[in-house]
Amino acid sequence: MQKLMQDLSRNKAIYLMVLPMVLYYVIFKYFPMYGSIIAFKDFSVSKGILGSPWTGLENFQAFFDSIYFWRVIRNTLLISVYQLVFGFPAPIILAILLNEIRKKTFKSIVQTVSYLPHFISLVVICGLILDFTSRDGIVSTIIEWLGGERSTLLGSADNFRSIFVTSGIWQELGWSSIIFLAALSGINPELYEAARVDGAGRFRQMWSITLPGLVPIIMILLILRIGGMMDIGFEKIILLYNPNTYETADVISSFVYRKGIAEGQDYSFTSAVGLFQAVINFVLLIGANWFSRRVSGNRLW
Amino acid sequence: MIKRTVSDRLFDWTNAALMLLLIVVTLYPFYHVIMASLSDSNRLIAHQGLLAGPLGFNLEAYERVLANPNIFSGYRNTLFILVFGTALNLLLTAMGAYGLSRKFMLRKPIMIGIIFTMYFTGGLIPTYLLVNNWLGWGNSMLALIVPAAISTWNLIIMRTSFEAIPESLIESAKIDGSGEFGILLRIVLPLSMPVIAVMILYYGVGHWNSWFNAMLFIRDRELFPLQLILREILVQNDTSAMQLGDAMGDQQGIRESIKYATIMVATLPILFVYPFLQRFFVKGVMIGAVKE
Repeated sequence: MQKLMQDLSRNKAIYLMVLPMVLYYVIFKYFPMYGSIIAFKDFSVSKGILGSPWTGLENFQAFFDSIYFWRVIRNTLLISVYQLVFGFPAPIILAILLNEIRKKTFKSIVQTVSYLPHFISLVVICGLILDFTSRDGIVSTIIEWLGGERSTLLGSADNFRSIFVTSGIWQELGWSSIIFLAALSGINPELYEAARVDGAGRFRQMWSITLPGLVPIIMILLILRIGGMMDIGFEKIILLYNPNTYETADVISSFVYRKGIAEGQDYSFTSAVGLFQAVINFVLLIGANWFSRRVSGNRLW
Repeated sequence: MIKRTVSDRLFDWTNAALMLLLIVVTLYPFYHVIMASLSDSNRLIAHQGLLAGPLGFNLEAYERVLANPNIFSGYRNTLFILVFGTALNLLLTAMGAYGLSRKFMLRKPIMIGIIFTMYFTGGLIPTYLLVNNWLGWGNSMLALIVPAAISTWNLIIMRTSFEAIPESLIESAKIDGSGEFGILLRIVLPLSMPVIAVMILYYGVGHWNSWFNAMLFIRDRELFPLQLILREILVQNDTSAMQLGDAMGDQQGIRESIKYATIMVATLPILFVYPFLQRFFVKGVMIGAVKE
């Protein structure tokens, strides 16, 4: 304690500088964590957090028993798995292919173009998605060319998840590839030289040099992905879904938003749902980190 | 140069073709919007599918969008949030990042406390109650600026970049009698202009694109940022503000054109500055990718 006081007076200016930041995290990150205890209460705004009566695990029980429980869990996990299976490898493949392009200008044109959609606002992107998948939209037209039928694609629950995941890949493919390109630029060119001398072809080089060079960053991102399995952001969901598609579109976070803020004000119940999601995510993250540390030696901490 | 084999060349051509396809698939939607926004609305509504060029030429949709007072107030509010929000972002992030790049006793616990919030959050509802009920910022711009004051990711990028500044520079400034604030202002920040550019861009784009907090907290239409106005027009299909005098039969026709013109008016600033700033954006990812 005395040492701390000494440090406080010696580094007064530093403490003064980090103070606003610390306050920010305490108020806007840690206070809501403390506020999550309303998940164990029957909270009402007038009584406040401390004044509201405890209800134990009642709100969690209500969520597990509700007809929505399996629906939101299933949708959240399915969208996550689709994103993992299709969305995760895509930028890796793009980075490897970009790495093989010899013409510098062509490479930088492809990069510039492919990063662009990342900067377009979600509202505009969703406006485009709704327009292109409408009855007269270009996606419908292409489906008709291919022998399918024209329809308002987002009017039916069948298509929601594929449209959600595909458009997400379209928007983030290029941007997500940057981190892999950064890792590739760190690979020693002499490795390729040596491989060529040993008679390795292009594919063999990609397989034996490029891909292994990416493994550490792939593992790190995979851990983060798995730690976010239960967390599908609600912003894009609530821009694209409608009551007809709730069946396949409603995920945990959009459910929390709808029941807690948009339609009802069931703060305790939805806090319980949110807390459930946060805890599962955290456990998944720790588990994935532990597993990766054991198996590949790569870890977040 | 080693001789290229047939399979080598085949691979290069396939690769180039794939990349061209990627360019087309990425750019076509934007091309479509530009062409459709310039098209004659009656011909556009009768048309299905891809557009090679504009169908006729008509700027009426643009006139209506620009005459819409909501677009103007949306731009004004967004610029307000962008300027003051980014200023607060820079102030808090730079001070915090500099502090965290220096040695002091509580550095590690503070850092752990910050990293923890990346992996565990209090969630939407308690945050909403905090801002809306307890801080009482409902319907106030404060609700859009202060809760977004620091992005942990950006903070870490900035700290990483500050840590690369040689300790000897800072030590010699100290010997010359500079305090920590002086060192930050006169030595660290001037040496960190690229990362500051990155920060301005990341935070700025974040404010520009943000809409959800405004939907949560802002009730007064006068205070709506641009993205919220766009949501009404594009997602909720409400173009009534720009169609007051239209007869029933004409409404559907011009509505599509209005939507496309709205996208253009709201996205052109980004499309214009993007090619020039792209390398800064990429730089941010590169700094962030450096492992601790």
